[in-house]
Amino acid sequence: MNCESVTTGKLFRDGLWDQNVVFAQLLAMCPAMAVTTSGTNGLGMGLATTAVLVVSNMLISAIRNLVSDQVRIPIFVVVIATLVTLVDMSLNAWLHDLHKVLGLFIALIVVNCAILGRAEAFAFKNGVKASAIDGLAMGLGFTLALTIMGLVRELIGAGTLFAQASLLLGPSFSFLEVKVIPNYSGVLMMILPPGGFLVLGMLLVVKRMVDQRLAKRGCATPDAAAHCSV
Amino acid sequence: MELAILRDKIGYHGVSLALATVLTGAALMLANHLTLPAIAQAAEDDLKASLVQVLPEGMADNNLLADTVSIDGLGGKPVTVYRGRKAGVYSAAVFQHRARGYAGDIVILVGLNAEGVVQGVRVLKHAETPGLGDKIEVAKSPWVHAFEGKALGTARWGVKKDGGEFDQFAGATITPRTVVKTVKEALEFYAAHRTEIAGEKP
Repeated sequence: MNCESVTTGKLFRDGLWDQNVVFAQLLAMCPAMAVTTSGTNGLGMGLATTAVLVVSNMLISAIRNLVSDQVRIPIFVVVIATLVTLVDMSLNAWLHDLHKVLGLFIALIVVNCAILGRAEAFAFKNGVKASAIDGLAMGLGFTLALTIMGLVRELIGAGTLFAQASLLLGPSFSFLEVKVIPNYSGVLMMILPPGGFLVLGMLLVVKRMVDQRLAKRGCATPDAAAHCSV
Repeated sequence: MELAILRDKIGYHGVSLALATVLTGAALMLANHLTLPAIAQAAEDDLKASLVQVLPEGMADNNLLADTVSIDGLGGKPVTVYRGRKAGVYSAAVFQHRARGYAGDIVILVGLNAEGVVQGVRVLKHAETPGLGDKIEVAKSPWVHAFEGKALGTARWGVKKDGGEFDQFAGATITPRTVVKTVKEALEFYAAHRTEIAGEKP
């Protein structure tokens, strides 16, 4: 079952760029649109999702030989929903202040199809260690995408960067909070849902342009050559 | 028997799925049991923190959470009123009220002194438009402080557009109109039930 050629480097490359959940697979659009009204929100959702994704990938991978093909989807759903609920309950109980900031996002993780997608596409076919790395890489790619989207929308929409970051990460991170444009009245549309679609579209254009630039330079490395054929 | 052969039996599907749900269900029950007291404590702390916000310091010296009375009214639903006492004498009342705003319900918490003068108002929950209607949050705008010191007879209850004395927001009239109306309803409720609220000893 183990795919020997899967290296950690490739997993991270896939997660962060080539197979990025948002920018390449265009999965998980619901959280991507809903929570990226600020960089802080995007970062919080991304980190919470990463945590669930790593654990769910490991669990699914650990039980993959016991689960038959016919009932795998319901079992994935049950496992993921349970994990999310466990995270939600324990945060609410023991890290209540963080839960007040993240609470909304955590319930949304259940409907994040990227998690079911990774369980089905990767964890069900690979070992526990590789699945954990894949979950981490995909989660970080998701975090990166949401944070960038959030920052762009926040900058244009409200003229700030990482507003209220200290609420999420603790007071020591208050240096992240920047008011870029003082006395800025803001472009409300960027905060509202249409802004999410606009920013996502623009970022997709940027990614495609970079990819084309890279492709034109030729498949110099063997690693890149492998990607070109995909 | 080989696991691979067993896995294809139809009974295995049902049994494995049942086992998965039983195990996850048990995990959830255990987690719920472990977290329940901590979550209840956190919710109580939150409520306490919000009660303190709508009553100025020194208004009450008792535990408001332990001194409540439930009164029917405001749309037939029972309202829990938290009563403040100073040296045993009834001095303040805090309760929630809700009304439909521009998008979803707006839930407010009102703190009154014994005479029915507003001490503080906070919006606990709302789904108003970000950037327009959300100025009712104290974190976004000082607007809700305008209610402090106002009573039923001493203020013109309405937004300026309707001839009242409270500001509306540029681009959002429905939201502040709803909040003003909700606070006014809360005051009328208090006026109608003042004796019941003040009278009963805990």
